[in-house]
Amino acid sequence: MDAASDLLFRTLGDPTRRALFERLAAGEALTVRALTEHSGVSQPAVSKHLSVLRRAGLVEGRAAGRETHYRARAEGLKPLLGWMARYAEFWEARFDALEDLLKRMDQ
Amino acid sequence: MTDAGTHQATKSIVVEREMPHSPEKIWRALTTSALIADWLMENDFEAEPGRKFQFRAKPMPGWKGITNCEVTELDPPNRLAYRWGDGTESDSGLRTLVTWTLTPTPGGTLVRMEQSGFRPEDEAGYQGMSGGWPHILAGLERVAGGL
Repeated sequence: MDAASDLLFRTLGDPTRRALFERLAAGEALTVRALTEHSGVSQPAVSKHLSVLRRAGLVEGRAAGRETHYRARAEGLKPLLGWMARYAEFWEARFDALEDLLKRMDQ
Repeated sequence: MTDAGTHQATKSIVVEREMPHSPEKIWRALTTSALIADWLMENDFEAEPGRKFQFRAKPMPGWKGITNCEVTELDPPNRLAYRWGDGTESDSGLRTLVTWTLTPTPGGTLVRMEQSGFRPEDEAGYQGMSGGWPHILAGLERVAGGL
């Protein structure tokens, strides 16, 4: 397995982190305080898990006033997709680029 | 879009699009090195049967940044095929075949690309993972797919 996938597996291998990620992936941006409610873990523990998720590219934070709002970066999961999924995406983008080139070419 | 491939136990990706341009013009974009570099990747392609060439791009985790290719079919302006990957460039040992088919239509050309030869292990990015991982990741992929 490559290094990027390995990091993602280690990051999401922790059930608390996975639950935090899934909760953020399901909807709006949330603060550490909101994420701590109902999580069954302390606020410092949630903060620590969020920084691990952030380093893995799975979560991003935006400062709003004195608080930071966290949201999931689902594109951070891309290294886990198989070659077929990655190539399907690749070719769709290349087809767009080909059409763009054809518009610029002389007949 | 994915289709079942022609060989048993391997699969293909098929992308098809009608474009308002002549087959001859599209053929040039598919077979001229400088033009291929514009829409696909840096390369040393030449339109000769049996020509070995490389595509080059920035390396990514699991891929060295080079794909070794070989022209296997050249029938201007209708059909072009090249081997894509000889198994040495990526961790996965990917070896596929890319086939381009250009079919004239009243409004231009139907461009069809088929990349065949994917093995079952190329389909999942989490091969070898046991336990609940495939299930968990299937859910996460749905999230990623929504982007």
